[in-house]
Amino acid sequence: MDSFLDGLQLLARFDVIAALLIGSIGGVLVGAMPGVGAAVAIAIALPVTFSLEPIVGLTLLLGIYGSSMYGGAIPAILVNTPGTPVNALTTYDGYPMTKRGEARRALSLAYSASFIGAMLSIIALMLLAPVLARVAPMFGAREIFLAALLGIVLVVVTHRGQVLPAAILACLGIFLSTIGIEPSAYTQRFTFGQSWLQSGVDLIVVVLGLFAISQALVLLMDKDKRVALPHVEKVGFFTQMRDLWICKRIAAVASSFGVICGMIPGVGEFMSQFMSYSYAQRTSKTPEAFGKGNPEGIVASEAANNSVPAAAMIPLLALGIPGEELTAMMLAVFYVHNVVPGPRLFAQQMDFIYALYIGLFILNVIVVAFLFFSTRTLMKVMLIPNRFLGIMILTFSLIGIYTLRNSLTDVAVATAFGFFGFILKRLELPTSPIILGIVLGKLMEDRLRIAMARVREPWDFIDRPIAFVLFLMIVAAIAVQIWTVVRARRKGRTDG
Amino acid sequence: MHQQDEDHPHVFPESRKPGEILFVTISMTIALLLLAAIPWQTTWLPGKGLAAQPRLWPALSLGGIVLFGLLNAMSRVRVTRTPGRWQEAGVWLRSLEFIGWYMLYVLVIPVIGYLIATLAFCTGLALRMGYRGRTVWIAAGFGLFVVLFFKSGMNVKIPSGAIYDHAPGSLRYILMRYF
Repeated sequence: MDSFLDGLQLLARFDVIAALLIGSIGGVLVGAMPGVGAAVAIAIALPVTFSLEPIVGLTLLLGIYGSSMYGGAIPAILVNTPGTPVNALTTYDGYPMTKRGEARRALSLAYSASFIGAMLSIIALMLLAPVLARVAPMFGAREIFLAALLGIVLVVVTHRGQVLPAAILACLGIFLSTIGIEPSAYTQRFTFGQSWLQSGVDLIVVVLGLFAISQALVLLMDKDKRVALPHVEKVGFFTQMRDLWICKRIAAVASSFGVICGMIPGVGEFMSQFMSYSYAQRTSKTPEAFGKGNPEGIVASEAANNSVPAAAMIPLLALGIPGEELTAMMLAVFYVHNVVPGPRLFAQQMDFIYALYIGLFILNVIVVAFLFFSTRTLMKVMLIPNRFLGIMILTFSLIGIYTLRNSLTDVAVATAFGFFGFILKRLELPTSPIILGIVLGKLMEDRLRIAMARVREPWDFIDRPIAFVLFLMIVAAIAVQIWTVVRARRKGRTDG
Repeated sequence: MHQQDEDHPHVFPESRKPGEILFVTISMTIALLLLAAIPWQTTWLPGKGLAAQPRLWPALSLGGIVLFGLLNAMSRVRVTRTPGRWQEAGVWLRSLEFIGWYMLYVLVIPVIGYLIATLAFCTGLALRMGYRGRTVWIAAGFGLFVVLFFKSGMNVKIPSGAIYDHAPGSLRYILMRYF
């Protein structure tokens, strides 16, 4: 209880509350702009937060992270264009409802389902905190290595249809993490005699290039689309929130899927949405209405994706293992502010952990209140032309890169990654495995070196219960993937 | 999800994107060159275990790129190809124009200062994109807002312009500090 009150005290400051407000409302705004999204916004804001106090910087980014998906539902429902990639499933049922003249009902369902998902996820996180505090110290070097390896394997195998490219890109990320002077024997790796490569490839520079600059290039090379905003009636949102009660079972199950998928590194929103949507359709009395404007579809999609951010903080805070690119960026902020996630954080800074939970709770309340009263105004951000957004992102990204070290080399490296990211996006290849490869690659190398000092035989590596379970999970994930490929080939899909 | 997707997991994409093989070929070539450079770009420490070798992770990761790249090429070669490889490469190259704009913007900041460079970048790019009239003014307003918010308000570290050295005493300080 003391830690909880201390956490509350940490947040009870003007600058922290201002950061929460700016982050959560800013997150909704960037989420509502198709083509921007949380990854771009966090990438740009990340270096700017380095000059702020840890709790201020973190709440600002947490606000963007936790609220962008709310905003992303607006263009998904109103103009059939998901604001963020994870809102894609919302278009299936949201847009048909808009065409039927039920835009306000669809938005209301999306907001309330998102809120329920986020709240259940925060409650799960708070209940799990004491358990985590006890379990996290059981993770030694080999367990953390295996958990990071599991994260890499899962991030690869969950890219359905792109498993091999995802594996290539994850390996590229791991390779990038090895460039520079390595920290154990201080030898140089792939520096080619260049002094600027000795400190390695900076994660923030890569993130800015791959997410911000590449997205700006995508938008600048695209054509401006004419967006016709539909009419959204003035009926109070709260009167329509009762709709959610009809779908309470779907909301609860979808949130649970979100929490579970969020907790497992590398899985995240897409898998939780897929599972929730499939469940909702399978158990619905009107499965044929899915994809044609079924409210249950919106609830399944939005509750699932909004329950992930809080749950994704679990492996990040307990073990220092990010589950996807956004938590990887959050990890960078933790490190910059000398907050080292891992077992010790729970033992020594429980007030900080509680402050993050409470911050997540408050931001969800702010976002829902903001959305219920300002959706009609917020809709106007969808009218900003694509290419103008591209100019805006390029202008903002310069601040992000320059704030780091005032280095022209960083700008050149970021633009090179921006060009590379642009090609990946053109080819519809994922960028997140690169980021996770960089973060987890460094962690794996370090932990394996420590772990192997105490290992005499290979079996010793997995002779502890947690290590053994993690090892089994890795084997199972790979086996399931191989089985899926073999099954698909047997069914004659080899040409497709 | 549709029932069909449940029965037939989407393991292999339906068609090959234009430029995919070109991209894979370039990536594989770079990976192979880097792999070949391992002996003189990394060190092998005698007497140390494999896990402690600085060479291990670069070799594993580059080996992974080559291995998965080969598997990918093998699985994709039979997939229906969408024509337009060189047109796609043309799109990639055309995007370099905006990288040129961006680099120019970065390079002129230490000369003409952040304010003028940002205003010129935003309005110039807006004109290049075909916007005219009110949108160009909005672009200029946006550039001004960025400078006032980040440089004047938040004092982010962006170099001041050499041009400011020619301004008189106190104005010079204001320009360097806030713009």
